Order: sequence, then C-alpha cells, then structure tokens
Amino acid sequence: MVQSLENGSNTLNGASNIVYNTKQLNLWYGNHHALKDINLQIKENEVTAIIGPSGCGKSTYIKTLNCMVELVPTVKTSGQILYRERNIFDNDYGVEELRTKVGMVFQKPNPFPKSIYDNIAYGPRIHGIKNKKILDQIVEKSLRGAAIWDEVKDRLQTNAYSLSGGQQQRICIARCLAIEPDVILMDEPTSALDPISTLKVEELIQELKADYSIIIVTHNMQQAARISDKTAFFLNGEVVEFDNTDVIFSTPEDKRTEDYISGRFG
Amino acid sequence: MVGREKFDAELRKVQDLLLELSNTAIDTLDKSMDYLLGNDIEGALTVINNDIHINHMEEEINDRVILLIAKQQPVATDLRRLMVLVKIASDMERIGDYAVNIAKETIRIGKDEHIEPIHLLDEMRVKTISMLKQILDAFIHENMEDAKKIAKQDDEVDELYGHAIRTLLNVGVKKPEQLSQVTQLSFVCRYLERSADHATNLAERLLYLLKGKHYELNN
Repeated sequence: MVQSLENGSNTLNGASNIVYNTKQLNLWYGNHHALKDINLQIKENEVTAIIGPSGCGKSTYIKTLNCMVELVPTVKTSGQILYRERNIFDNDYGVEELRTKVGMVFQKPNPFPKSIYDNIAYGPRIHGIKNKKILDQIVEKSLRGAAIWDEVKDRLQTNAYSLSGGQQQRICIARCLAIEPDVILMDEPTSALDPISTLKVEELIQELKADYSIIIVTHNMQQAARISDKTAFFLNGEVVEFDNTDVIFSTPEDKRTEDYISGRFG
Repeated sequence: MVGREKFDAELRKVQDLLLELSNTAIDTLDKSMDYLLGNDIEGALTVINNDIHINHMEEEINDRVILLIAKQQPVATDLRRLMVLVKIASDMERIGDYAVNIAKETIRIGKDEHIEPIHLLDEMRVKTISMLKQILDAFIHENMEDAKKIAKQDDEVDELYGHAIRTLLNVGVKKPEQLSQVTQLSFVCRYLERSADHATNLAERLLYLLKGKHYELNN
C-alpha cells in the first residue's frame, strides 16, 4: 500500500520513519535565490528521486543535505533541515558527525588513486579501525553490498583506476557502505556509465533500499520512474510536485510536471 | 518551451488513421444494415470482402503505436493516449466484424421476405450509428460531458434489443416455419447491441485518457 500524501504540503503522514525533514528551506548564492521555501519529508528505506531541468536547484538541495553548500562563504540559508529530528544547521552539529551517517556518490566515479582494498578501508581506518581482520570483513561486506565482490575479489590490491567506469562507480558505492551510513545521496550516479553498468547500479539501488534510505538526483526520467518510490519535481528552485513515483509518471497534478516528464520543456 | 515535434507529428498520423478506421467501420456497419433491409446479397459480399482493409488499418495503428512507445518512451497523458488509441482501434475493428456478421446473415436470408419486427432492427441501427458518430465526435473534441451523456443512450438500445428479441421469440412460437429467419435476425439484433456497447467503451476510454481513472458507464 502506498503512503498517502497530504495535499499541497509535500509531507508524509506519520513522522516516525522520516529521515530528513526539510522545513521552509531557502538558499541564496549571493543574490541568486537558488532554493525557495522547500518543504520535503524523506522517508527511510525508500528511494526518493529528485528531478528537474538544469539549474532548478536539485543538486544544490541534495548537497545541502550533506552540508556541502552552506559552508561556502557566499551562501546564505534560512529554514531547517532536520536529520533524524536534529537541525543540521545548528552550530553544535558537527559536519563530520553528519557525514558518518550520510554517504554520497557523485556523477563521475571518483575512487582514490589507491588499491580497491584501500579505497574501501579508507573510511573505517579514519574512524580508528586498525584491526586487519575487521577491515577485511568490512571490505568484503561492502563490496558484496555494492554487487562487485565477485568481480574484484581476486585483485583487491589492484589500483581502483584500472577498473571500468561502472565498476569504479560500484567501488565508490562500496566505499560509501563501508562507513555504514544511514542515508546515501546520489548525484546523477549513472550519467557517465554505459547502459549495462547503469542497469547494474539501478538494480543495486533497489537492493540497497532495504537497509538504507536513498536520495537520487537524476536527469534520466525513465530511471527515476524505474527505481524510485517517491519523486520530487524541482523547477526554478521550488518543489512543484512531490508524490509517489507512480502518480508523478501517470497522473501528475501540476501541468508543469506533466510537461517536464513528457519532454515538453526543460 | 520545447515541443516533442516528432512525437506529436507521429501521434497525429496515428490519430488520423484511427479516424479513418472509425469512419470506415461505422459506415460499413450502416451499409451492412442497408443491404440486410434491401435483401442485397451483392452489397453484403462487398462488406465481407472489404473487411480486410479495416483489419489492416487496425494492425497499422498497433504497429505505429508500438514503435512510438519504443522510440519515444511516452509517459502520463501521452502514454495513456497511445493505449486508448490502440483500444479504440480494437473496438472499431470489432464493429467491422459485426458488419461482416450481419452481411453473412443477409446472405443466409437471401431474397426471403423479412418478418416483422424488422422495423425494430432498423430503429436499433439508427440509434447505434447515431451513438457511434456522436461519441466519435466527443472523442475528437475531448468533450467528457458529451461522452457521458451519449453513453447513457446505450440504455435505449438495450431496451430496443429486449423488445425486438421478445417479438422475434413470439414469431418463432407462432410461426415455427420462420424459425430460421427469427434466429438470423436475433443475431443481427445482438450485433447491433454489441456495437452500441463499443460506443460506451469509447466514452469510458475518453474519461480514462483525460482523468487517468477507470470508469464503468454502462452499469
């Protein structure tokens, strides 16, 4: 049964399983008003897709969830982003603490110029895990979680750069899983990948949502339709519509949403 | 604003084809009744022979829609529109089949004089053809309210159908030697009644296209 949505408020009924609760978020780059009165609730163990034309604010929004934008000197924000009911803009909220809970995967695969093993063990080592046996376990579990263990298990000491783009992206996802995050943010994670690698990452996302909450920015609307539970349509810094993905792609309420998903502007 | 010119142009082609198919199917049904009432066997044969064109038009619509879906990946209203076009093409092809069935009954009856209630069948034809034409017009103009009103006329066809069948049964009881024509005309009544049901389908499909919800109009 799909969760019902309250009309117009972009919020979900029942607050207990809300990972991110964005309230009246506004963000300016200097004089440019990039995000306007954003109210969005992201549920746990769901895939939430953020779609919209270039410059609509979707990447800014997802980066804000991980404190990657508001620390820029020219950026000004108002409103709140509650992560597990705590405002991430509070002065006493440490960015490092947040980022142990919120992993991020970017458009272009960006493994470290290190071995596959060291890429995955990097995060856990920073968090003080030195025991080789435990690190081995984390590396295997993470690589398995990212559906790439079978492809790399015999060459863990190989440089991650030697892998294909699709494999590198799954290494980045595995690196993200190694710190056992609560949320995974993905900013166009398959836009640089070939169709087969894209399919593998999409299948992986479906599997990962059992254990993680995933927020994905994508330019590929068919991808949003295929893999997400909820979809938010951003336009000119505003959320035009947020609803179950089935509704957005069959009977959207707002004509601008219909025009965008039908390829009639953007 | 960016359009989807290629999609829209191809969609227009499919819509034009559907219009041609619909007009042909409705016209053929109408003519098949003319031939029945006029004991015109030659005319009935043309209905049977021309059915292949109606079938080809339906196939072409299906093929074009499949290609459009594969190549353009439409969603929401665009996708519903394509699905609805395919379903209406199927409705119209079926109406063409009913015309063929009526033509076959015409050939079976041959030059025999018609029994009453033949005038009731003509009334059913007039009502059914009028319904189909009106609903097609409502569909072209996407006029939901008109479509709903026209769908209600199906009750009148059903009533005429009931009346005609009861009258035919009485003839069968009173004149057993006419049983053969009683059966043939009963089938014709059934084909006309089913054709009117397809008119109701069209109204339901228009509502689905515009609202994205399923409706039952002939309950």
